[in-house]
Amino acid sequence: MQEVTENKEFTPNIVAFCCNWCSYAGADLAGSSRMTYPANVKIIRVPCSCRVNPTFILKAYQQGADGVIICGCHPGDCHYVTGNYYTRRRIALLFSMLNYMGIEKERTRLEWVSAAEGQKFSAVMNDFVKTITELGENKRLTDLRVKEGE
Amino acid sequence: MQRIGVFICWCGSNIAATVDVKRVAETIKSEPGVVFAENYQYMCSENGQQLIKQAIREHNLTGIVVGACSPRMHEVTFRKAAEEAGLNPYMVEIANIREHCSWIHKDMEEATEKAVILVRTAIAKVKLNAPLTAGESPVTKRALVIGGGIAGIQAALDIAEAGFKVDIVEKNATIGGRMAQLDKTFPTLDCSACILTPKMVDCAQHENIDILSYSEVEDVKGFVGNFHVKIRRKARYVDETKCTGCKLCMEKCPSKKGLNEFNMNLNTRTAIHIPFAQAIPNVAVIDSTQCLKFKTGKCGICQKFCEVGAIDFTQQDTFVERQYGAIVVATGFKPIALDNFNEFGYADNKDVITSLELERLMNAAGPTNGVLLRPSDGQHPHVVTFIQCVGSRDTSGCGKPYCSKICCMYTAKHAMMIREKYPDTEVHVFYIDVRTPGKNYDEFHRRAVEQYGVDYIKGMVGKVYNENGKLMVQGANLIDNEQVTIESDLVVLATAIEPEPSVRKVATLLTASIDTNNFLTESHAKLRPVESPTAGVYLAGVCQGPKDIPETVSQASACAAKVIGLLVKDKLKTNPCVAMPDEMMCNGCSQCANVCAYGAITYLDKEFRIGGGKTEIRRVASVNPAVCQGCGACTVTCPSGAMDLKGFSSKQIMSEVDAICKK
Repeated sequence: MQEVTENKEFTPNIVAFCCNWCSYAGADLAGSSRMTYPANVKIIRVPCSCRVNPTFILKAYQQGADGVIICGCHPGDCHYVTGNYYTRRRIALLFSMLNYMGIEKERTRLEWVSAAEGQKFSAVMNDFVKTITELGENKRLTDLRVKEGE
Repeated sequence: MQRIGVFICWCGSNIAATVDVKRVAETIKSEPGVVFAENYQYMCSENGQQLIKQAIREHNLTGIVVGACSPRMHEVTFRKAAEEAGLNPYMVEIANIREHCSWIHKDMEEATEKAVILVRTAIAKVKLNAPLTAGESPVTKRALVIGGGIAGIQAALDIAEAGFKVDIVEKNATIGGRMAQLDKTFPTLDCSACILTPKMVDCAQHENIDILSYSEVEDVKGFVGNFHVKIRRKARYVDETKCTGCKLCMEKCPSKKGLNEFNMNLNTRTAIHIPFAQAIPNVAVIDSTQCLKFKTGKCGICQKFCEVGAIDFTQQDTFVERQYGAIVVATGFKPIALDNFNEFGYADNKDVITSLELERLMNAAGPTNGVLLRPSDGQHPHVVTFIQCVGSRDTSGCGKPYCSKICCMYTAKHAMMIREKYPDTEVHVFYIDVRTPGKNYDEFHRRAVEQYGVDYIKGMVGKVYNENGKLMVQGANLIDNEQVTIESDLVVLATAIEPEPSVRKVATLLTASIDTNNFLTESHAKLRPVESPTAGVYLAGVCQGPKDIPETVSQASACAAKVIGLLVKDKLKTNPCVAMPDEMMCNGCSQCANVCAYGAITYLDKEFRIGGGKTEIRRVASVNPAVCQGCGACTVTCPSGAMDLKGFSSKQIMSEVDAICKK
């Protein structure tokens, strides 16, 4: 077990990729229902979770993101019929690669959130932020040249 | 040089109460490329849009970012405004600082900081936007209605009246749905069949309506304006074109012990049958699981007696494939199974029935010819106890968390009808709350109490048990704060309703969103209540949420209006955010075509110059923009990185990631 040192000062930076049809709408519903989650989650809208190239995730870690979460429609409910099945396979491969690179598995998460699941969206985000806060800062892949300014 | 304009909306106090909008605009002004930043109370208002248009013209803006509500709300509004000011509508990006920021955060400092980042992210994206032009696709002027209940019937009639062809696909042998099973309807006590069957006949006779009964949707391809649907026509073993509905076969059929689904299995029917007297089409169907010909190979009596030679035991399922411009889903509901509710003794006592079963027991065409008799011994019940909210508003996980909405009213109706027909019968109703909003609804419920003397008891029932042939209903009376046990002859459970299970398959085929209770999700809960988020798919009736007949009919007509609005158009604008290969990078490996769910990618042999005046022919991917739906699956699959998605290009998303991560 890795020792968890809680750092009150640390607020993680989290990138969330949300598909337009389910999860982004779920996030909207969380918003209009005033279901709170921490401000360090920032959402990028993509048409389908299958638009998320694993390189986007690596890029996020390289640029200093502490966690990346990909949200799509539930399997079988994809607006584009089969898109999220591709996502599921790609992310599974990415997990093993991240593991090889020494990036904790928990930093990346794949969740299915439908347009009607505002509550789930908020719960997932709260939980994810908690997980990442406990994990601490992501330093493994941070490109120092980028941090110091081009 | 890019000239970006940024517009921050207050949305009254919706955004401004938690986000310091002025500070956001001030901070953003110094961003590279931003030449104009302003804030305003309501950007979506006439004045707000004017402000945007003016800024585009005065500052020669090449792209704009609106920090406002969700793009699902007003992206179209702002794109239109931009277009009117001469800017390509796809040079607009929305930073969602309401649903994703001000509404979910309480701390102003935190929310403002996040809003700045979200706006910066949108600026990073818009800088890489390219002007796009929407293409056009033709509209097939024919609609499909899935489900032939009152919702489907009303929608089909309205669409057909406007002059468009409509097909109703109904999985049962007749249209009519649940409403055909009802005896009376609230709040007027109209006879259900009397108001429904004329509409069924209208459907059958309308020149624009084609009823495909005993059929199911098997496959759906295509998109709004151009759905390609494959329909399975199940073998009914009776030639629909020959059968006259004379019912001679039903008289002669020796296999008489099939459960009559139409009468909620309260009596039996023959293997060959017409579901009910007013069935449309009035054509028999053979239940092959019950028919002796199918079970033993012997019999075929119906075939001998059928004067028109309509019986055909060799019939097979057939498929029809048709094109549609729009699809209405009206798949309806069923009462939930009561397996989880042993306390009410439904499985053990014949005299514990559901409300829909009571409906059949009260109906003149029902198993008792409309005389209220107990299923167990055929006696008149003298004490009838109703239990409401059986499986509704149940958070324990046994039932459904939602209110089924119709039970309070139909229970009042049942209680009233029993007291009206049999004034010597005692009627008790256990309820948690009585919910009767609606025109003349509460008056209706009061009539049941005041005029008909129905005994309403506020409280829940703990159990129903049999004691010496009597049903003991044990419950709480919360008003008098005491336990009560009512000796009853008949117990009626106001059972929760749930979407017809086949809706799952329909939703998957249509890629329509569905919620955890299997209700189809509407595009916007308040403003687009009959449209599915999937363009060209509309929702009518209980498949979208619990509702009664008046509401269902209104929703069905609303669907029809939407469908007509779509079908009158000759052409639809298509989404220009489609995949596009870089032909110089493409090596023709065909992986993109393999993942494309729409078959939008084909291969072309193209001639390329390779220097020195020479050319070579290479196989490259080619995307059909009319068919591509813009999911982006191909962009990630492409091993050479040749495929990209317009409007959501890899560069754009990467720059968004950068903007979010920048500290």
